[in-house]
Amino acid sequence: MRTRLYSLDELDDIPGTKVFNAMRSRQAYHLHKFCMSLMDPANREAFRHDERAYLDRFRMSAEQKQAVLDRDFNQLIELGGNIYFLVKLSNTDGWSTQKAVGSMTGMTPDEYAAMMRAGGRPIEGNRSIKGKY
Amino acid sequence: MARITAGIATSHVPAIGAAFDLGRTQEPYWKPVFDGYEWVKQFEEREEPDVVILCYNDHASAMMLDVVPTFALGCAEEFAPADEGWGPRPVPTVMGDPVLAGHLAEQLVIDEFDLTLMNHLDVDHGLTVPLSLMFGKVEQWPVRVIPLAVNVTQFPTPSAERCWQLGAAIADAVQAYPPNLNVQIWGTGGMSHQLQGERAGLINPEFDNAFLDKLSNQTDDLRRVTRLEFLRESGSEGIELIMWLIMRGALGDNVEELYRFYHVPASNTAVGHIVLRPR
Repeated sequence: MRTRLYSLDELDDIPGTKVFNAMRSRQAYHLHKFCMSLMDPANREAFRHDERAYLDRFRMSAEQKQAVLDRDFNQLIELGGNIYFLVKLSNTDGWSTQKAVGSMTGMTPDEYAAMMRAGGRPIEGNRSIKGKY
Repeated sequence: MARITAGIATSHVPAIGAAFDLGRTQEPYWKPVFDGYEWVKQFEEREEPDVVILCYNDHASAMMLDVVPTFALGCAEEFAPADEGWGPRPVPTVMGDPVLAGHLAEQLVIDEFDLTLMNHLDVDHGLTVPLSLMFGKVEQWPVRVIPLAVNVTQFPTPSAERCWQLGAAIADAVQAYPPNLNVQIWGTGGMSHQLQGERAGLINPEFDNAFLDKLSNQTDDLRRVTRLEFLRESGSEGIELIMWLIMRGALGDNVEELYRFYHVPASNTAVGHIVLRPR
């Protein structure tokens, strides 16, 4: 056996973090196709015109489509999504990246912005679920 | 003979690009960020580099995950700014250097780095924000650019050590290039930030400043930082810092630190910037 510096299970030990890997990449392939399509102004227009009909052009799961309609970024990440793709959706909505990212924290946009101005979320207690450090 | 004369690292936050493009650089929130780049703008005017090898990551702009290249080298004559969902940034088209890129492609594969070669590549904020920070508002970029896109999206990314070794191989390849060119290498991305989930907004100034401190002459420590440690300590997107190690690996054992800047926050991110000179 080749040596490994740590078990990949440890990647699941980081609080509030889904490490985007090959399986998630596959799970979200069509969701990400949708996100990438929003790089075209005509597609953004079609999506705004009828979100549901536009989403039905893509082979995404029903849950993924609903999470897009709900702008539920935590759920989109739960369903395999990666933030670099998902910001194409929030950019289309005219949201700042900070608004999209902050929406996943349970804080209001103002509370989140204030936390960032005050130096961000501290690392203490946020490194490890098991180790609580 | 071509030579690498400086290594520059900087964060590449999209909101910095938006603030720049919308003329908001003097607003109270943004002024401290842009002030941190005044030194390097003067430096670049004096240095007049011919080519920049620019290590960055594509943020799902040119690369849908149909193909997931670990290291992708831009070989085209030019690279257009990408539309990331609100229109392309109003910045000049980035001009490449296909001859040097072709040389690098040959040398690096011969040296066991099995690169992906990109003959078409639109470039997003990861590449154009650093150009704006170094050169300001210009009609044309004053350098040719060879983009080197690194996978930091899909785990596993290349390791810190692998990035270092690639940098070292780039240095050898540049040195073996006959034309008399002033080449810089840039590492971009980082510093600590996390853009997902309930830990979003994570900033770790101790980790960031230790990284900056060690970048000059305690690099063995940085080469041993695992992916897990980057993710844990610097956030799920903080792992972009591996790209700084390609830059650093290309500068050789000894460097002089010419300038450093660190600021929190820009949007969700800790901004770090350093300028190094190989000795």
